[in-house]
Amino acid sequence: MSSARSMTQDDSAATILHPQSEADIRDIVAAAVAAEEPLAIEGTGSKAGLGRPVQAARTLSLAKMSGVTLYEPEELVLSAKAGTPIAEIEALVDAHGQRLEFEPMDYGPLHGLCAGQGTLGGVVACNLSGPRRLKQGAARDHVLGVRAVSGRAEIFKSGGRVVKNVTGYDLSKGLTGSYGTLAVMSEITIKVLPKCETETTLVLRGLSDAEAAGAMAASMGSSAEVSGAAHLPMYVAARVADGALGNDAATLIRIDGFGPSVEARAAHLGRGLEKVGKVERLDPQASRRLWRDVRDVRPFVDGTQKPVWRLSVTPTRAHEIVMSLRMQAAIDAFYDWQGGLVWLKMETGEPEADLVRATLRRFGGGHATLVRASESVRAATAVFEPQPGPLAGLSHRLKEQFDPKGVLNPGKMG
Amino acid sequence: MSVMMPKPSEAILARRRAIVEALRAIVPGEGVVDAANEMAVFESDGLTAYRQLPLVVVLPSTVDQVAAVLKYCHREDIAVVPRGSGTSLSGGALPLEDGVLLVLSKFNRVLEIDYDNRCAVVQPGVTNLGITHAVAGHGFYYAPDPSSQIACSIGGNVAENSGGVHCLKYGLTANNVLGIEFVTIEGEVMRLGGKHLDAEGYDLLGLMTGSEGLLGVVTEVTVRILQKPETARAVLIGFPTSEEAGECVAAIIAKGIIPGGMEMMDRPAIRAAEDFVHAGYPTDVEALLIVELDGPGAEVDHLLAEVEGIANANGAVTCRVSQSEEERAAFWAGRKAAFPAVGRISPDYYCMDGTIPRKELPKVLAGMKAMSEKYGLRVANVFHAGDGNLHPLILYDANKEGELHRAEEFGNDILRLCVAVGGVLTGEHGVGVEKRDLMPEMFDETDLKHQQRVKCAFDDKHLLNPGKVFPTLHRCAELGRMHVHKGQVAFPDLPRF
Repeated sequence: MSSARSMTQDDSAATILHPQSEADIRDIVAAAVAAEEPLAIEGTGSKAGLGRPVQAARTLSLAKMSGVTLYEPEELVLSAKAGTPIAEIEALVDAHGQRLEFEPMDYGPLHGLCAGQGTLGGVVACNLSGPRRLKQGAARDHVLGVRAVSGRAEIFKSGGRVVKNVTGYDLSKGLTGSYGTLAVMSEITIKVLPKCETETTLVLRGLSDAEAAGAMAASMGSSAEVSGAAHLPMYVAARVADGALGNDAATLIRIDGFGPSVEARAAHLGRGLEKVGKVERLDPQASRRLWRDVRDVRPFVDGTQKPVWRLSVTPTRAHEIVMSLRMQAAIDAFYDWQGGLVWLKMETGEPEADLVRATLRRFGGGHATLVRASESVRAATAVFEPQPGPLAGLSHRLKEQFDPKGVLNPGKMG
Repeated sequence: MSVMMPKPSEAILARRRAIVEALRAIVPGEGVVDAANEMAVFESDGLTAYRQLPLVVVLPSTVDQVAAVLKYCHREDIAVVPRGSGTSLSGGALPLEDGVLLVLSKFNRVLEIDYDNRCAVVQPGVTNLGITHAVAGHGFYYAPDPSSQIACSIGGNVAENSGGVHCLKYGLTANNVLGIEFVTIEGEVMRLGGKHLDAEGYDLLGLMTGSEGLLGVVTEVTVRILQKPETARAVLIGFPTSEEAGECVAAIIAKGIIPGGMEMMDRPAIRAAEDFVHAGYPTDVEALLIVELDGPGAEVDHLLAEVEGIANANGAVTCRVSQSEEERAAFWAGRKAAFPAVGRISPDYYCMDGTIPRKELPKVLAGMKAMSEKYGLRVANVFHAGDGNLHPLILYDANKEGELHRAEEFGNDILRLCVAVGGVLTGEHGVGVEKRDLMPEMFDETDLKHQQRVKCAFDDKHLLNPGKVFPTLHRCAELGRMHVHKGQVAFPDLPRF
């Protein structure tokens, strides 16, 4: 192991390895393969609470693989080492009037950690997106290329630094959302885009979940180019933006872009929504604050480990799922992505995985991921949606191809 | 034809009769075509320099038939080449002498349109434009618009991850497909995604999209549909040099403007298009930009003024804003007819498809000019300027001894230059057979082996579309080996280039 440093963590016996180069990563993985000793893969550890607990004596930390290696604002492209703090990247592109269009969310607060701790590698490995995912795509839609070390201890690359590229299989997408189970990403190239000149949010008050579903569908189906559609039922609404919205249910429709355009679209859509209810408008600052809280699941940041589910479902069926669950369990819920994303908190502390998943299947399907729960609950529950046999077989074969000895984050997704 | 295809299996060819009969038992009636004269229509795709009659053509009409055909071929070790409308420009649907050509054209129905969830569920043989037509009545459209959109099928779009002139703003096929149903070579029917977003596990949908028919056969597609922008207007801007045009493009983006479309043409392409469709292009400029802005009227007006200002500040000598839908259509007519227009001034042309970082355009154009002199062949350029996707059209005459070969060499040199400046071999046409042997220009052996390991997870017998995309076929058993020696992993595959 050339320049790799290893050190023992103060509070446990687990060894944390800090590679400083791609070659170091390769050497660490090679040693793990040879010894058949699994590795936990992490950045800063801010998302350790996601997925199933990994049983590994050693952790490969990418925290020291940090730094932006290429940023060409006029080419809309940025490359950085996987351990680069996402906050550093966001600050850099912001200074150039740009942003990450997929609006990466931050699980830190929900997991009882500080906000803003994650890395680019973590965001991509978990395919984290925010409210704008609905219009502009997920992290996976903005990754242009990766360099990585597979579980075969081989360095490889995929993709490139240009947006339009169909040369070979898109392994960048394959690695995005793979939770470090196929390869250890060392460097990632992403697309960046100009940030909006301004934004506003239209707010409708007091709608039922079903009424909100209709209002959100109408908004998304209009030509207003809505970039966020969320519904916070009664009492949930009080838990964002320091209670600025009050208790009543709030349906939020975000419009962003150039000033004159935002004005015209907001006015037009606002008129259309008046038949549903009175439409309020938020100024840009209030709008940004509000959506950050929606993005980071602020309403469920309660200092507990009560299970929180993230459901990805057919948008117009979401309220049916929630209503059905409300009749069978003590839950709290709110909606993003026009309803396509449901955040669900289980008030009794039981994850009720079978109930949640059976209900979801009954109303149009999709998938449920347990994104917060104690380690013991996550060890005992299928955190990710179980796949039907043949599909599970295919996923398993892919894992075997990239990590035949199962040394990378074993069990994290399974 | 300078690309070698895998040697046909004598054993398969010898069993042709029996194979045809077995397939007839699965797909009755006219669904199996084996007469040479009837198969001739399938002998090539959009890359017409390559031709090959298949072993037999099968046109199934149900998913069960697709599954049964694949299962049979898997059991009998017969290669399968999937085909949609056959508009591939890279030979992705080129038949194999010893392979079944599986044509999906009978899967031509729109199954469901769900406006509230902004998606449409269609069969793979529905054309790209067919989706837009199906939803246009409600003011919706399907955004990716490859220039073959009138003919190309959505199944083919998924296989190739097709783009189009609007993908800078609206994304490629991969960004607009929500789900698929596909059949594996083993005959297993699988579903990925649907009306919900993102994957529950690995992003297999992301891997399938753009996999050029090597991983599975798509039998259903769920796509995102969008409300049509309220207005669209285009501005036609002429420049005395391509450098100034390139700077104008960079300045537009630096201003935070992402146009719906931003196309560039060089002088030979402008001349050919203008002579052909009389679009009203200025013919005394070296570079022409078409910038289309779409969205609400207020936004388009605002941005048009911005773009005009930027153009003038960057040396534009002409600048015309479309004043009507007819005029906008005319601006585009020239660009969209650029390929046939070039076809009028040359017996044959060869269309390339590299992508480069935009700033490298002057260097790449200068390089092409030098190559044009070296090979003694003319080249015209159309260019998706917003995203750096170049389409050089190399003019040649197939009837002149050696010209096709020279055109191919010229094209290969252009793609090598694209890679050398940080770009890629193909932006939207795919690797297919055409660019297969250039893959090592961009990827080392370890990179390619990792791609092939995906193939092994889906199709370990290499029966789906063999001979495409990968320059060397490694057997999956060989790719799967890992050598551990004295506590160290051996590295037989470290980069060698």
